[in-house]
Amino acid sequence: MAEVDVPVRILPELTDRARHFWTGGEFGELRILRCQDCGYYLHPPASVCPKDRSRNVLPEAVSGRAVVATYTVNYQAWMPNMQLPYVVALVSLVEQPELRLTTQIINCEPTKVSTGMEVSVTFEHHHDEIQGDLWIPLFEPVKEA
Amino acid sequence: MPRNNCETTTVVTGLGQSDVGRRLGIDPLALTLDACYEAIQDAGLTPEQIDGVSTYPGPGSGGSGFNGANAYEVIDAMRLNVGWYDSGMETPGQLGSVMKAVMAINAGLANHVLCYRSVWEGSAQGTGGRKLFSTENQYATGAQQWTSPYGSLSAANWIALYARAHFDRFGTTEEQLGQIALNARRNAALNPKAIYTEEMTMDDYLSSRYITTPLRLFDCDAPCDGATAFVISRKDIAKDLDCQPIYIEAMGSALHDRAAWDQFEDLTRSVGSAAAQQMWSRTDLTPDDVDIAELYDGFSILTLLWLEAMQLVPYGEAGSFLEGGHNIARDGRLPLNTHGGQLSAGRLHGYGFFHEAVTQLRGTAGARQVTTKPQVAAVAAGGGNTCGCFLLSATDR
Repeated sequence: MAEVDVPVRILPELTDRARHFWTGGEFGELRILRCQDCGYYLHPPASVCPKDRSRNVLPEAVSGRAVVATYTVNYQAWMPNMQLPYVVALVSLVEQPELRLTTQIINCEPTKVSTGMEVSVTFEHHHDEIQGDLWIPLFEPVKEA
Repeated sequence: MPRNNCETTTVVTGLGQSDVGRRLGIDPLALTLDACYEAIQDAGLTPEQIDGVSTYPGPGSGGSGFNGANAYEVIDAMRLNVGWYDSGMETPGQLGSVMKAVMAINAGLANHVLCYRSVWEGSAQGTGGRKLFSTENQYATGAQQWTSPYGSLSAANWIALYARAHFDRFGTTEEQLGQIALNARRNAALNPKAIYTEEMTMDDYLSSRYITTPLRLFDCDAPCDGATAFVISRKDIAKDLDCQPIYIEAMGSALHDRAAWDQFEDLTRSVGSAAAQQMWSRTDLTPDDVDIAELYDGFSILTLLWLEAMQLVPYGEAGSFLEGGHNIARDGRLPLNTHGGQLSAGRLHGYGFFHEAVTQLRGTAGARQVTTKPQVAAVAAGGGNTCGCFLLSATDR
């Protein structure tokens, strides 16, 4: 994909705590912090597990499968050159109840998105001159087998 | 029930508000001082007697025009001698600043605390609409690193997600939600300071463009210039003041869900439930005692969610309560946002609701006065992880 076709995005600052989330896409992986002692997934990332206070938390790849918990179709141009409309959603990852991300649902007619829809992760590559490469995890409808 | 909550030892003694308008072109500190001096005079006090200052949000937060004057600026401009002062955004909604005033008085650090909220978003944002971000080299940080990259750039997006969840779970409709906007506009027509006063029909509402579904343009509040101020005083010394005190029956500040806008576990209770529950636990009044409700409407859906959070309607039933708009009209069961809310009277950001509740309880709301002599008002401000509420009373119970 040519760079000019990549949608306008506010990119995240790549911090040590969150770098895994924004770079796992290079390997096709959605990476979420997980407590290595009790197995609990943490999002947004934190350095201490809220369940057992363990500091032994490391990124792990999850399946990338999720369900749309709720969504909104945005029509407002908050910045210049935005492609409208687009769908913002909260998706629940299948690995753990209430393990949710804000994301966008793509490769789908915006008006066809619905609560409960099964989706899977896909990545959008950005090259940032200061921070280097990052991959924004987005979600798309699960393709029928 | 014995009550020894700290809020019952304080009263609202003074009320002030500057001119309010889309773009007044007035220096924001001057606007702020208009409201502050008026509130002090209304309390029967002089600036020399003000010994505390509390404001929201303080410096370094929000977009252009979000903060009209910092606490230090106001303290210096009025040459106040304070025993206590505070500002800050990590607090239970905009009215968290009023709660802190109550606590400072109870801590013995001040007797008369000036609280204010000042905005000049109308002038600061100019005619080009809200510009949230420039694209030049600006990375999303903090909590917004998880939302901004996804185009979830405005609180409109954050709360639209919860609106959809309520619609999906309870069958809430756009027409029901629209009643909040229509009601606000009807009330604004009787408020001389309101921004939008021309009639709005349901057709007007439903034909306004979507911002982020299911929220339309008329579900979003109107940025404006204006400042609002209160004086909170120690009750035992307020008796000697030439003022009409309004009593603080209870307040609620609790946050029991995740402290992030996009992480609420219960998607249909993203606003103030814990704060309201705490408030009701601090009084022997019940939701049935509430005569009027002034509930935050930065977006119309927040008011709908506050109706349920404050237990003024059963959980899940706000939609049917709003149907037709009769229940929330000035002559209805629960007069709501009687000044026009932020949707039509301008985004005075939380303080407008408290100001209106006190005005109605005093019986001084003029053409928009609820005629049944309201005695108890429910006030709520904020949304998501920043929510607070008050129960105010016209009498010392």
